[in-house]
Amino acid sequence: MATTTTSSSAPAGSAAAPRARRARRGLPVARTPKLVTGVVIGALIVLLAVVGPFVVQDPSRVSDVGLAGPSGAHWLGTTQTGQDVLAQLAYATRGSLTVGAIVGVVALALSAFFGIVGAYAGGWLDEGFSLFTNVVLVIPGLPLVIVISSYVPNKSIWLVALVLSLTSWAGSARVLRGWTLSLRNRDYVAASRVAGEKRWRILLVEILPNLVPLLASQMVFAVIFAILGEAGLSFLGLGASGSFTWGTMLYFAQNGLALRLGAWWWFIPPGLLLALFGAALSLINFSIDEVVNPKLRQQTRGARKGWRMTRQQLARAEEETR
Amino acid sequence: MRYLAWKIGFYVIALWAALTLNFFIPRWMPGDPVDILIAKLAQHGPVAPATRRSIEALLGTDSSQPLWQQYAQYLHNLATGNLGVSVTFFPSSVGQIIAQTLPWTIGLIGLATVISFVLGIGLGTAAGWKRGSWIDNLIPVTTMLQSVPYFWLALILLFVLGSTFSLFPLNGGYDVYGTTPGWNSGFIGSVAYYGALPALTIVLSSVGGWMLGMRNMMVSTLSEDYMVTAEAKGLRPLRIMRRYASRNAVLPSISGFAISLGFVVAGSIVTEAVFSYPGIGSALLQAVTSNDYALMQGIFLIITVSVLAANLLVDLLYTVIDPRTRARA
Amino acid sequence: MSAPSQTRGPVAVGAHPVLTVEGLSIDYLVDPVVHAVQDVSLTLRRGEVLGLAGESGCGKSTLAYGIVRLLKPPASITAGRAVFHSRAGTEIDWGTLGREELRATRWDKISMVFQGAMNSLNPVTTIREQLEDVFLTHRPEMGKRERRDRCGDLLERVGVDRNRLKAFPHELSGGMRQRVMIAMALALEPQVMIMDEPTTALDVVVQREILREITRLRDELGFAVVFITHDLPLLLEISDRIAVMRGGRIVETGAAGDLYRDPQHEYTRRLLASFPSLTGERGGFVRGDVDERLLEQDAVRTDAGAGPAPRAATPPPAGEEAP
Repeated sequence: MATTTTSSSAPAGSAAAPRARRARRGLPVARTPKLVTGVVIGALIVLLAVVGPFVVQDPSRVSDVGLAGPSGAHWLGTTQTGQDVLAQLAYATRGSLTVGAIVGVVALALSAFFGIVGAYAGGWLDEGFSLFTNVVLVIPGLPLVIVISSYVPNKSIWLVALVLSLTSWAGSARVLRGWTLSLRNRDYVAASRVAGEKRWRILLVEILPNLVPLLASQMVFAVIFAILGEAGLSFLGLGASGSFTWGTMLYFAQNGLALRLGAWWWFIPPGLLLALFGAALSLINFSIDEVVNPKLRQQTRGARKGWRMTRQQLARAEEETR
Repeated sequence: MRYLAWKIGFYVIALWAALTLNFFIPRWMPGDPVDILIAKLAQHGPVAPATRRSIEALLGTDSSQPLWQQYAQYLHNLATGNLGVSVTFFPSSVGQIIAQTLPWTIGLIGLATVISFVLGIGLGTAAGWKRGSWIDNLIPVTTMLQSVPYFWLALILLFVLGSTFSLFPLNGGYDVYGTTPGWNSGFIGSVAYYGALPALTIVLSSVGGWMLGMRNMMVSTLSEDYMVTAEAKGLRPLRIMRRYASRNAVLPSISGFAISLGFVVAGSIVTEAVFSYPGIGSALLQAVTSNDYALMQGIFLIITVSVLAANLLVDLLYTVIDPRTRARA
Repeated sequence: MSAPSQTRGPVAVGAHPVLTVEGLSIDYLVDPVVHAVQDVSLTLRRGEVLGLAGESGCGKSTLAYGIVRLLKPPASITAGRAVFHSRAGTEIDWGTLGREELRATRWDKISMVFQGAMNSLNPVTTIREQLEDVFLTHRPEMGKRERRDRCGDLLERVGVDRNRLKAFPHELSGGMRQRVMIAMALALEPQVMIMDEPTTALDVVVQREILREITRLRDELGFAVVFITHDLPLLLEISDRIAVMRGGRIVETGAAGDLYRDPQHEYTRRLLASFPSLTGERGGFVRGDVDERLLEQDAVRTDAGAGPAPRAATPPPAGEEAP
């Protein structure tokens, strides 16, 4: 499962507002190939989710064709009950992205509340929230989800999303708390306080804008986690079995012995789309990471292209120092 | 020392929270677990009232007692190691089942995770140290692998290496027919053979995360002032890399390792499902499908306790590695 | 600001140079190119304390790093060289050293003292380890016991108690960390020590102590020092000679006393005048490249009957500052 990257390390001590380096139209994130690839792939998949179900066949309609490979009538073949795989894929994309979106928002709200508000308020509230967060963090998520899921046999996508959100906000909250604590002690916040600005205003105007890249990155993590988590749950048969998601497609594929029977067209597309979407989100996250951690920026290939050094000079310099 | 006491105190609180959660979940969920079980049994024939009572005793959900008394009874049972009796594997007790399956999980998942961590950190160090080398090219590949749903990768590997090329066995923990359990080379070899594919899947899908994190931290660390000092002192590059750069860069990864232990457990459940590996995750899934609440709760408990213990260990390890944390106490 | 004290020890500043910098130029190859150091030539004689003064961003640190080739891209040495003259008479042109030679020569001949109060010590290893690894690398023939004793001796020499060897950097105060950095720089008994703002982050009392240590050690061991700081009065106290830098160039060099009594360059005069003294008139202030007074001198007066104001002696180089 996904592990944390630099975003979870101690915040860099440099300037709060990221300097726009090669940014156009006020975008704080440098337009690198990584970012563009990620956004394009992500957008295409979202497009499939939004538009797809309107243009494909009925995914639940069974036919006599049985398990058949791609053909003119069914571009991605059919399942063992003759259902069109492409249609299922479109609906499944919508289902998975819905779960991702719900969890992203709910988990973000929870982690922002427990992370930022507590850290900003300080004192007992901070200690209490922090303790609560750590306890939730340390209790293993998936087993809990499995246990909860087992008690409710017929789940909707919303329920699955809710349960996933409840078990995934804690890591984010901890990271946000760390950053808020460090920002709270910065000079410009102290200056605002001395100037008499109200505390909630300081939170909104001074601190929150600097947390935006981090919040964005955490939300992306949450979405990735949610989609992977839902897929895993569904695969185990504990997900929203009545709806179409990438996970449920894989569950039915597995139960229909798709792999053994060599029905790659049923089995590969959902997983592939999952991987692609996850990769796209990760790429977007890297770009955000470079904003959050300025030291990374200077050493990236993009930054080095801004130097007017010939390749020989660069190579010689590298040679000397390593 | 105060730091230590505080840490242990925290874990005690977390443990208590987990236990209480474990107690309350079945009581919050819709449907009486006893009723559900009775309904299941009723499919095979009429159920006597005596059966109902014995099931209640089995599950510890004696609804005639007040809640707090049930809670006290629950805690008492836990303290004496009585986790109940499993319905799926009747008449084995939950404790027995756990004792049988836990070693497999710890062995496979634990080992694979450690290998993945060490490998990832090592590769990440090299990638961060020598920017622009061939190792850097591994990063997008491993990151892509990370976004791949774990079980999907497992199934594909199973398909390719197990079915198509028959290099590895398709399921199981060891060769049940050919070997006898025990400390003999046949058994151990078999265990290794059967565990290779699951372990490979785990390593492949998680090494990317460690590598990327470590690489980023290395790049970050390299711009610190003490790196300039080290270089000015004319120290050998290898020494600088090990004692100055990676010693500092690895710190967040270690604390990240603790957090990831929870995910490791999650991954193990899915792994064992895919490979039909006889570990605790498989047992949990079986318990779920047969509504074996006693077993389910018992396993959840054990998993939670293990994760807590592992986290505590890593926290303690961290104070050894980063001397600054000792000062913060 | 008082006159420089004349009570320095009887160390004879050798006539022969130990380090010569000839026409060194360093550029930061970004867009647009920044000329951080332009055609700098310096001579450092044996046992001499050479002060390098200048405001922030004038290139003095870049120059120091450039001499020992510690610069990282996008900085690049575009012209000139730095030559070290050993006692035996051999010359080492730092620009021609290969990677391994460079590594072996570092610290042995020329060592550096950074701002120790900051992040210059490795936070996760003990002081002893950081002192020892210099010996492990450059004096591998030393035995373990001998190494440990040497480290203890070094600490005591800079006035830090021996049992601080097992401490970690964060457990020491700023002043102590600075002393440790000095001890580290002394380890191999180099002939030149380059000190980059060693006392800037410390309070005045500790500053005084550190400076006294440095002077005392210099008197004992006879190494030459390049002392880089923006604090000119400080340099007047401890240096034999001073070089003033501005905008990447050396604008004036001279003996400390001479510079104080009779500064030649306009900028030097301004710099001297900008430090407030306990007695006498208020001085002006020199701020960065755009100096109000200098601007005023360049401006055309508009009062009727007055002609254009006299121009400054040397116009400042426009718009180029090292980052």
